[in-house]
Amino acid sequence: MQFGELLQSQFLWYALAAGILVALVSGPLGCFAVWRRMAYFGDTLAHSALLGVTLGFALHLMPTLAVGATCCGLALILVYLQQRQQLSLDTLLGILSHSMLALGIVAVSLFEIRVDLLSLLLGDLLAVSSRDLLLMSTTAALIAALMYFLWDKLLAFTLHEELAAVEGVPVVRVRLALMLMLALLIAIAMKVVGVLLITALLIIPAAAARKLSNTPERMAALASAIGCLAVVLGLAASVLWDTPAGPSIVLSAGIVFLFCQFRKN
Amino acid sequence: MRLLLGLTKATSGSVRRKPGLRIGYMPQRLQVDASLPMSVQRFLQLGQADLSAERARAALQRVGAEHLSATALADLSGGEMQRVLLARAASRNPQLLVLDEPTQGVDLGGQGEVYQLIAALRDELGCGVLLVSHDLHLVMAATDRVLCINQHICCYGHPEQVSRDPAYLELFGDKVAPYTHDHDHRHDIGGDIVRPSGQEPLHNKQERGK
Repeated sequence: MQFGELLQSQFLWYALAAGILVALVSGPLGCFAVWRRMAYFGDTLAHSALLGVTLGFALHLMPTLAVGATCCGLALILVYLQQRQQLSLDTLLGILSHSMLALGIVAVSLFEIRVDLLSLLLGDLLAVSSRDLLLMSTTAALIAALMYFLWDKLLAFTLHEELAAVEGVPVVRVRLALMLMLALLIAIAMKVVGVLLITALLIIPAAAARKLSNTPERMAALASAIGCLAVVLGLAASVLWDTPAGPSIVLSAGIVFLFCQFRKN
Repeated sequence: MRLLLGLTKATSGSVRRKPGLRIGYMPQRLQVDASLPMSVQRFLQLGQADLSAERARAALQRVGAEHLSATALADLSGGEMQRVLLARAASRNPQLLVLDEPTQGVDLGGQGEVYQLIAALRDELGCGVLLVSHDLHLVMAATDRVLCINQHICCYGHPEQVSRDPAYLELFGDKVAPYTHDHDHRHDIGGDIVRPSGQEPLHNKQERGK
């Protein structure tokens, strides 16, 4: 395909739009994942995606919707279990993530469906449809709005939960909101970078932005910008050298992170 | 303390709080992940948008930490962090200051200073101060009532007359004095009450765990 032709092809612009949408909201959310050390949490939610896809297939739902619902359900279970705090979060996450993965695989064989595992694991950005795009932008807008209104509360909650609680922050609801936002993000990011690489898209731009920031807001904004840059670079690489889009995006983010490390404090 | 702040629910009994009570809480410690970039000033303003930069700086000045205004939270030393936490609690115009081990991580000389600061803040703000402390001998002379808790309330009342020991005064200033008091019982190493043999139990079970 000629370059001019490519620029006119719809799928490329859809892919770009989808990638940038996800990168924009994963910036600030990724910052919270880094500040609160929740990388493993994102992983756990992502592990339940296979179950979501299967349920979606069985119930004739759009995969993104079904995965979103499954992730939100898992997030609720996690918040509930964490309140009781008999096991460490680390252990809880380990139990849930692998149980969910196993349940997903068992469900796949029970329902006798054929899942395109590779696109589930690594994303299928170039196959984003207009319906996908609509759902993704609605979800991203919802996350962005929640983030905006809860920003200060989320920060206070991240610094010191008890201090925040004494000062009137509804900590349980804030925690719930944060987990649900992450769950929703994972549902829409699955199409972009796939289940395997979602945590990377969350963590790497935020970590790269750390060196260049002295306020939380700046770090969040820069994380979004770096995420967008990674999407553009990754898609370009994918078009030019025919590499898989999701991994190319994550690789680009990794390279940007590396460059940021050369900057002195 | 957690009960009073409403952080835990009471298994028995009840807590009555004045409606709309403004509490300034100073937690025992605040550990900030180095990945979170936040200046001391921003920390003071977080959650109270109406606190102007000048008032934030004034609050820091009152605890002798105005030079830390632009410092990142993660870079503070233990003693600096305690001062910043105290400034934050005081900047909310509290009716009640709740301090959890305010001298944690502060060296011995600095501890006296912190206690003096708390006493000064109380006079300035006209607020009540509830303070939890393990360093029995440093509990302020300015303390009006002492509640000695070891699983249950051991004793309760006014601290004794300030010790005028010159060595203490020199080291900790005139606001700090040892609090000496007698128990009618002892605790073993695990905190359980050792009952002298042949005597009635000294505490009734219901008192435990208050």
